[in-house]
Amino acid sequence: MPAAPPPPLPEPPRPGPPLLEVDDLHVEFRTPRGTVRAVNGLGYTLHAGQTLALLGESGSGKSVAALAVMGLLPTPPARITRGAVRLHGRDLLRLSDAEHRKVRGTRIAMVFQDALSALNPVLTVGHQIGELFRVHRGLGRRQARARAVELMDRVRIPAAARRVDDYPHQFSGGMRQRVMIAMALALDPEVVIADEPTTALDVTVQAQIMRLLAELQQETGTGLLLITHDLGVVASVADRITVMYAGRVVEESDAPRLYAAPAHPYTRGLLESVPRLDRPGRRLVPVPGSPPDLAHLPTGCAFHPRCAAARARCADERPALLPVGAAAEERSSACHFTDEVTARGGRP
Amino acid sequence: MGRFVVRRLLHAIPVLLATTFLIYALVFVLPGDPIQGLAGDRPVPPSVLAELHRRYHLDDPLVVQYAKYLGGLFTGDFGTTFRGQPVGDVIAQRWQVTVRLGLTAWFFEVVLGIALGVWAGLRKGRWADHLILGATTVVIAVPVYIVGYLAQLVLGVRLGWFPVSGGEAGWPAAYVLPGLVLASFGLAYVARLTRASLVENLRADYVRTADAKGLSRLRVVIGHTLRNSLIPVVTFLGVELGSLMAGAIVTEYIFNLPGIGQQVFQSIQLREGPTVVGITTALVLVFVLANLAVDLLYGLLDPRIRHD
Repeated sequence: MPAAPPPPLPEPPRPGPPLLEVDDLHVEFRTPRGTVRAVNGLGYTLHAGQTLALLGESGSGKSVAALAVMGLLPTPPARITRGAVRLHGRDLLRLSDAEHRKVRGTRIAMVFQDALSALNPVLTVGHQIGELFRVHRGLGRRQARARAVELMDRVRIPAAARRVDDYPHQFSGGMRQRVMIAMALALDPEVVIADEPTTALDVTVQAQIMRLLAELQQETGTGLLLITHDLGVVASVADRITVMYAGRVVEESDAPRLYAAPAHPYTRGLLESVPRLDRPGRRLVPVPGSPPDLAHLPTGCAFHPRCAAARARCADERPALLPVGAAAEERSSACHFTDEVTARGGRP
Repeated sequence: MGRFVVRRLLHAIPVLLATTFLIYALVFVLPGDPIQGLAGDRPVPPSVLAELHRRYHLDDPLVVQYAKYLGGLFTGDFGTTFRGQPVGDVIAQRWQVTVRLGLTAWFFEVVLGIALGVWAGLRKGRWADHLILGATTVVIAVPVYIVGYLAQLVLGVRLGWFPVSGGEAGWPAAYVLPGLVLASFGLAYVARLTRASLVENLRADYVRTADAKGLSRLRVVIGHTLRNSLIPVVTFLGVELGSLMAGAIVTEYIFNLPGIGQQVFQSIQLREGPTVVGITTALVLVFVLANLAVDLLYGLLDPRIRHD
């Protein structure tokens, strides 16, 4: 696209009140080969009715951060060394195990990546969905089963009443992921965390599942945290995007502005590495190098060894996450040379 | 389901034929004359010898003897011992002791084995886990006759908690200690198998899902993990049901229980073909039926391999 002034972008949607705030989260793993720092000061805010995409390569700490919010990190080896996870202002990290358990499934629910392994192979899907009503709502077996059928209808599983007693292996991949989604939505949670919900699926099915997630989110008004490595997946559904690198936020923005003009070289690299319908005929350029070793993080900006625009300062001094552009845009980027990156339409 | 059962039972026929023939042939080729053996060093008059040989078909070739035996088997006749007692009666009489002993041992393996395994699995890396792993290694490594005599000496003779020998005290008193001894190896194995399988399954994705649903630890372990973990254990326990019946010879000898194992031992010494083969056939049948039961139970535990 020529460097003409960008077309006016729609105003970012008015967000509801802050629902989930992650603040300065640090997670490390004690392993025999040293301390692996998976999350290093991650922060984001998810509002009611909003879809926030947490974007990053594998090893960027995005799934670990999600498990920390859920209280599902295996401790040891994992340890949350600093930070807060606030749901309506209440810090979940200070809850006892029993208190945190009451939040899981009821107020924050999670959709996992591979539904085949994430569903119990020896229990019927009806049992696995209905279990939430039996445990958290005290419903009887028959009522819980009826609610399971309703939910399976709601996630558009055909012939739900007939399939409720089937086992996970009897469903197709897409239908299994719908079962996972039904389970997550069962108790009307305020926050749904979807960790790579479509990665294990065919491309056509991916689109269906993303559309379903978006529709259900509109219906219920939950906050949706979408964790993915795939810019293409989030393009149509995310309101805001938080880009992670080496356990830190490198850029955050509303989705249209990020796609139009990335403010961080890493985001730009990600955008250039995926095919885009709005820019046909463009050569795909992969991000050079591989994700950093989290046990031995580079000095300064963790991205500098892979960054084409890196200078001496980048290796010495870690860039802070600072606002970019007009204040109303609510964008920020962690790069010493953000101004140069944005000035060239995302090209350093 | 019904077809599956029928098919499995049909599979059992060649297994039964092969095992019975093998045992029959083994007894047949044993050196020495069985009738002369009965009389010891005393001479047996040639006419008596010939008459007995005729009555027990001892001069026929192996295949003919075996065919005659099989014919009898199909009419429910297990043959007669050299003392003139029907083999069927001998089996029936001895069988109860062995079944009681075997089931007692099996019960210990199921209950104690699985309980210890679950305990160790949930306490992985802690002292309970180390203790159970260590103890089961010792039990598996030590031969059963040492475990047997040791248990008899300590728990039977010294402490007097259990009868030392014989089946007169009946079930359960006379069977608890022998049952434990007979079960020791399998029990240790079941505990280790359960532990390993539970530890592995606790790492599975579906367990994380169950945790993400806010279920209690108890519900996650019992409701979600245990059933998956028990699949390999059930396989072992099924085969074990048969081996416990057949493998009770040493235990029956130590505790002087008049079971089928003792009978087989005596019959082999006396070269009583029909008795040995009869008992073996019965044991093979138990084996086949136990395996069939396991395969059916398998389908209940794991819907992915249900036979419909």
